[in-house]
Amino acid sequence: MIPLNWYLLVSAALFCTGLFGVLARRNAIAVLMSIELMLNAVNINLVAFWRYLTPGSLSGQAFAVFVFAVAAAEAAVGLALILSIYRNRQTVIAEDVDLMKW
Amino acid sequence: MLEFLRDIFTGINGALDVLLSEALNLPPAAVLGIQNLLGVMVVSGFGLVLVIFTIWIERKVAGRMQDRFGPNRVGPYGLFQSVADALKMISKETITPDGADVVVYNIAPLLAVIAVLAIWAVVPFARTAIGTDLSIGALYFVAVSGLGTLAVIMAGWSSNNKYALLGAFRAVAQLISYEVPLILMLLVPVLLAGSMRMNEIVQAQSIWFVVMAPIPALVFFISNQAETGRTPFDLLEAESEIVAGYHVEYSGMMFGMFMLSEFLHSFTISALVATLFFGGWRGPGAASIPTLGFVYFMAKTFLIYFVTMWVRFTVPRIRIDQLMAFNWKFLVPVSLATMVVIPLVDKIAREIRIGGAPIYTVPDLATLQNMTALESIRVSLPRAGVLLVTNLVLGLVVFAILAQAARRQREAFEAGLEAEPAAAGAGD
Amino acid sequence: MEVTPLHIAFAAFSVLTLGGGFGVVTSRNLIHAALFLIVALFGVAGYLVLLEAPFLAAVQVLVYIGAIAVVVIFAVMLTRSVAGTNQVTHTNQWLLAVITAIALLVMLGFVLLNQFGTVDAPLGAVPEDSVELLGRQLVSPNAFVLPFEVASVLLLAALIGAVVVARE
Repeated sequence: MIPLNWYLLVSAALFCTGLFGVLARRNAIAVLMSIELMLNAVNINLVAFWRYLTPGSLSGQAFAVFVFAVAAAEAAVGLALILSIYRNRQTVIAEDVDLMKW
Repeated sequence: MLEFLRDIFTGINGALDVLLSEALNLPPAAVLGIQNLLGVMVVSGFGLVLVIFTIWIERKVAGRMQDRFGPNRVGPYGLFQSVADALKMISKETITPDGADVVVYNIAPLLAVIAVLAIWAVVPFARTAIGTDLSIGALYFVAVSGLGTLAVIMAGWSSNNKYALLGAFRAVAQLISYEVPLILMLLVPVLLAGSMRMNEIVQAQSIWFVVMAPIPALVFFISNQAETGRTPFDLLEAESEIVAGYHVEYSGMMFGMFMLSEFLHSFTISALVATLFFGGWRGPGAASIPTLGFVYFMAKTFLIYFVTMWVRFTVPRIRIDQLMAFNWKFLVPVSLATMVVIPLVDKIAREIRIGGAPIYTVPDLATLQNMTALESIRVSLPRAGVLLVTNLVLGLVVFAILAQAARRQREAFEAGLEAEPAAAGAGD
Repeated sequence: MEVTPLHIAFAAFSVLTLGGGFGVVTSRNLIHAALFLIVALFGVAGYLVLLEAPFLAAVQVLVYIGAIAVVVIFAVMLTRSVAGTNQVTHTNQWLLAVITAIALLVMLGFVLLNQFGTVDAPLGAVPEDSVELLGRQLVSPNAFVLPFEVASVLLLAALIGAVVVARE
């Protein structure tokens, strides 16, 4: 059998990879893709805990379903915003959209 | 021998089991692995070999409907025409366009075929023959056919061709739009059967679901025609539209893979419509003789495929904006209304009590299987009647709304026509 | 520790997921990054199957790969910069980001191994009709009906918001 902490380690590794992507990528769409990676890592974590610790009650799976819904909503709105910014500023580099800096 | 013929599938499986575990003395994990591998090869081989036959049927039926012979030179009645076409396609050179992204360019046709072949894993051929009886069979079908959209984008983008990209955009817009009524109407058989397992959906159909829910069957059929890119929705790949669409830069066997995936998809959809709405492998005597069930299943599938071809050679193509309007302004509201009304009526009718007993109860599958055929039909008859009447009322309401809208449009058009001669007369 | 097919499947899905994730954050070409994202999402779907949650695996493929990845690829194609793909892909603080990520990984690993290091096998069996139970939990007043309704409102808001924001 596979011990629980293997799943948790993989989920943590994926989360940290996503974190690196969010902090280090310049393109806003790449940042959004890294956020999706982080959300997926959370999903693996939730379902692993559900399976190993409380397989009888399905709260873990229900929580994961909500994470799916929120991720889909956030991806849609985020990409709409990025497209709108691209139309106005002709750039999707996150650093170049700095009108409010002084 | 007769026992083997009665249930070919279990017979072959048992013989394979004996061969692997006793004659060759393999450990049980290896036996299972080899059985699964052979099963995968048989199911996918079945699909792929059937496509050759299907293409021949399509061309023959096309010919006869257009008052001409189909192919009749290569082999008796033109049976080997598809083989000749396949050989021609294999022998052509596959040209990779300059500036194309090679990895993505090569993966796209493979993904298109994979997305269709993977559906065959959950199609129930007979009571004892199904690739794998997933507990989420219906959802798996939708998820896997979503991979086809990905293949289209990859093909369009990696060709380094603006027309291919535009064609891919339009194709993806069509495909993801028509997924909405598809999924909503797929839920209706799931609801009526109470399970997502394909085998249980078939076993719950003592009365076919097309009788209980004709509108969902029709909407499901239409959405599937759009998903597979058949006429009247075949903008995606018609030669006169946007230079043949997203696979314009493909040649040779890679183009052959796209063609293969399209025909196989159409046939797979017919198989699924037969399973979900027309009773799959059910028929007189099929419960006890699985081989007969397989025969019924293939007959129903080919009949529905014939209807698909019939529509193809009768109806003209519709434009992309008409296509989108048809989906979002007609199919989605109708499917949403159906999704709300049918479960509501079902639930209410189960709660109404006449003289202390409800109008009907829905027996669970275990009791349903133990009844004889006539008994199970008698039990499901009230439910079928109530739901059929609901569907007819819904259809009448939809027609009334459409008629009103058509009348308004006609009056506006005629008002416009009358205003013109008046304006012309006043201008003189 | 014997190597069962379960371990082989776990290793395969780990390669897919972590390799895909690595490809997303380091890929120069944005479309390749999107395709690596799809590979990573496939790996996560594989994990969900291994963890005996087939409904979630199917929803993962349907929602993430079939919808979100397609929208991401569309966005990448529509916002391709005219200057070409020779731009720098990482910010100036990428080294700090690496250090942060590795530090977080070490902390998380430490905490997780200490707390859950003894759970070697699942503590029970998954109920037979888990999909039906999940459905009941999502609409039952004692369980998750309120978050369910809030999620529906959220999706409606996102739908309307995306259409309004992205219009000309």
